[in-house]
Amino acid sequence: MDDFFQMFQYPFMVRAILVGTLLSLCAALLGVSLVLKRYSMIGDGLSHVGFGALAVASALNLAPLAVAIPVVIVAAIILLRLSETGHMKGDAAIAVFSTGALAIGVMVISLSTGINADLNSYLFGSILAMSKTDVALGVVLSIVVLILYLFFYDKIFAVTFDETFARGTGTKAGVYNTLLAVLTAVTVVLGMRLMGALLISSLIVFPALTSMRVCKSYKKVMICSVIVAMLSFFGGITVSFLFAVPTGASIVVMDIILFCLFSLWAFCRERVGK
Amino acid sequence: MAYINCENVSFAYENQVVVSDLNFQVNEGDYLCIIGENGSGKTTLLKGLLGLKKPFQGQIILGDGLKPTQIGYVPQQTEAQRDFPASVWEVVLSGCLNRRGIRPGFSKEDKARAEKNMELMGISDLRKRSFRELSGGQRQRALLARSLCATEKILLLDEPTTGLDPVAIEEFYRLMQELNQKHDITILMVSHAIREAVEHASHILHLSQGSYFFGTVKEYEESDAGKYFMGGESHG
Repeated sequence: MDDFFQMFQYPFMVRAILVGTLLSLCAALLGVSLVLKRYSMIGDGLSHVGFGALAVASALNLAPLAVAIPVVIVAAIILLRLSETGHMKGDAAIAVFSTGALAIGVMVISLSTGINADLNSYLFGSILAMSKTDVALGVVLSIVVLILYLFFYDKIFAVTFDETFARGTGTKAGVYNTLLAVLTAVTVVLGMRLMGALLISSLIVFPALTSMRVCKSYKKVMICSVIVAMLSFFGGITVSFLFAVPTGASIVVMDIILFCLFSLWAFCRERVGK
Repeated sequence: MAYINCENVSFAYENQVVVSDLNFQVNEGDYLCIIGENGSGKTTLLKGLLGLKKPFQGQIILGDGLKPTQIGYVPQQTEAQRDFPASVWEVVLSGCLNRRGIRPGFSKEDKARAEKNMELMGISDLRKRSFRELSGGQRQRALLARSLCATEKILLLDEPTTGLDPVAIEEFYRLMQELNQKHDITILMVSHAIREAVEHASHILHLSQGSYFFGTVKEYEESDAGKYFMGGESHG
């Protein structure tokens, strides 16, 4: 327990914990809708696009987030439109986007600085990578994401559950889909520094999937996702601090453990019920 | 003025006309079954009525104070919905959204309306149950209650009896009869069950490649199309 509190003595840890907590919250909430809409892979695709954008930004000496956020938002909207209009299957579009952007990012990085530790921190995340501006921006934007999500909660539920009905009865489904895409894009880019491009989508997918094992109502799934996200974040960051292993990976491992426990719980409950 | 007036409506997908030159009216209190084989354009017409697809030619005019958002759509149950973690209450209440505008949350009246419609559908005791644990018939009642929250005028049902067992189908038609006659709700139903349609509806719209029939059930039974499709079957 002492070790747990010890990590709060380091300013960089406090920064990481602050941003990480807020981001995990956003990702967990958005994740419920994304998983149910069968958009789980969007987070993964967007993080690769974000990786490409960050690489280009740092090669050109631009502010990384200022470049990455708009680029990823545009990518998110395009991905959504493509899968809606059916011109290209959603999963294929995501594969094209993510590998394409990853390739461009790797090219740019190796041309400008050569492959080095920087690449590693982009791909797998690093809590040391977060500057004070990153933290400030991260806190403000994740609070905006949270407020918007909670404000439009009922509409997002309706559009997620049954888009045709929502459209037919006058809910502007397109607007809420776009909102969801934009919020996801922002969350993914902010989370990339901490979790890394390859692991950020776990923050989105795991809590929702884990809670869906046992929860029966949408509201409970949301609340449970938030709890799962917090458990795995704090568990992961503690493990990462104690054993000096990457934060992103530790959080994902915690997520896997929780997922297994919840699955076991659901399995046992079903057995007992019969 | 009719609730819905279809005037020379044609629908096309990528320049391929699927429904052409359709004329029909739906008046308050009607019980219209839209029947036809697969690919005859039933689903397209349904999207048109919901305002999700624009006619290629002609127009669909809503009248008698019916607003486009007051057509209560009851969808075909999809695979994705079957494992959706939502309680019956959440699903039903979401039907009230079109009254809310941008405001978040639901008012007391909205909640009362949801309660009332759940009672009407006989699913009050399922309130806390998860949508994915319900039987096909129960799920459909939940979706009906949701639609009734959105409208008190007209329901538009897409293949409502698909996947229901015979007892549930019977029960479903009884419920439709009750909504139509006791609660004055206009019913539009897309179906491929011709015999059941003739038995329960007041009007029939039969779409088949290139042509269509529209009229009362009696007219349908006497028409060539009706005789052809029901030919040899004893009904009554």
